[in-house]
Amino acid sequence: MDTVIGVQYEGGVILAADQSNARSILTYQSNLDKITKLSPSSALAVSGPNSDLVNFSEYISKNISLYQLSNDGLQLSTHAQANYCRGELATALRKGPYQVNCLLGGYDAPSGKGKGSLYWMDNYAALSKVNYGCQGYASNFCLSIMDRDWTEGLDQDQAVAIVDKCIRELEVRFVMSQPNFIVKVVDKDGVRTLKFGADPADN
Amino acid sequence: MSILEYNGAAIIAMAGKDCVGIACDTRLGAQAQTVACDFRKVFKMSDKIFVGLAGLATDVLTMQNLLKFRQNLYELREDRELTPKVFSNVLSNLLYEKRFGPYFIEPVVAGLDENNQPFLSGMDLIGAPVYTDDFVVTGTATANMYGMCETLYKKDMEPDQLFETLSQALLASLDRDALSGWGATVHIITKDGVTSRELKGRMD
Repeated sequence: MDTVIGVQYEGGVILAADQSNARSILTYQSNLDKITKLSPSSALAVSGPNSDLVNFSEYISKNISLYQLSNDGLQLSTHAQANYCRGELATALRKGPYQVNCLLGGYDAPSGKGKGSLYWMDNYAALSKVNYGCQGYASNFCLSIMDRDWTEGLDQDQAVAIVDKCIRELEVRFVMSQPNFIVKVVDKDGVRTLKFGADPADN
Repeated sequence: MSILEYNGAAIIAMAGKDCVGIACDTRLGAQAQTVACDFRKVFKMSDKIFVGLAGLATDVLTMQNLLKFRQNLYELREDRELTPKVFSNVLSNLLYEKRFGPYFIEPVVAGLDENNQPFLSGMDLIGAPVYTDDFVVTGTATANMYGMCETLYKKDMEPDQLFETLSQALLASLDRDALSGWGATVHIITKDGVTSRELKGRMD
């Protein structure tokens, strides 16, 4: 069961996801990157079966790139991207649903909003803007930690500390072993990887 | 658990003297877990028409967009504003279009008609409407809300009294329902405008 965690702070968003690709009793891969860059300042962290995970995140990221190409480089705001993503999920819901739960995190430049925003989206295409969120069984363990520790105006280190705390809690109390997590930050300098348990580029 | 009870909601609309009120809770849940406390289910379609959408959150959002779209189309074609009765009919029609694969929402419409008289209607998920002159309720706490409204409601309440009655009825109902609550918003609509207030309630 995938774990996806997101924390919004003053100046951006931290997204974290586990790196295992497993089914039934077999682990296919333990260095999977489940966080896809959508635009220079937004990323989508997805949980679900690998087929839908890859298909959906690639579909969304390519369509957002297409919008930028078709509209002379105009970048969609995080809010617009989240609503586009929801629209695609909602349309697919009654045709051939994607079984994906995601967290979309983005940074809007000061002329737009000047801060990070995080959107929670479930597989039924319900959308909500949140300050922090989890998908999967992780939410049972981690939401309470974030309820307690999150405040307005955190800096990046504090936000990463909260994510680390959540990951440690899962290591102790979650029955499934998730040895590797990838942590990415989305801020004014773009989307970059802060740390990972196993290098996704290793083949 | 029914799919209509997956996300949780509680909405009441009530009529007063030349005014209507509509109130909703603000919880978004995934069954027992609460995801957000600022998910409003009542939407302003115009100065005189408000719609409350209770049920599956994805369909609440989809229907909000669809209704706005249909309203815009109507106003472009007809070059006049929708009245609450017609809006209610549009909504009913939209829902029945999907008779054999419905949107999982049970809406209420609250508004003021051309003579600034209150209009209320409620619907099931396939668009069967009911028109009343006192109150309509929908959501996961309907049993609670019916009891509260029946007890507290009086005819021809002024806006301030309507606000009090509506707030007390909603708060008492959602406090006894696990799936709704975590905040509430109340709108009172009169011919002079809309007053919206947040209620302070139990955050559990």
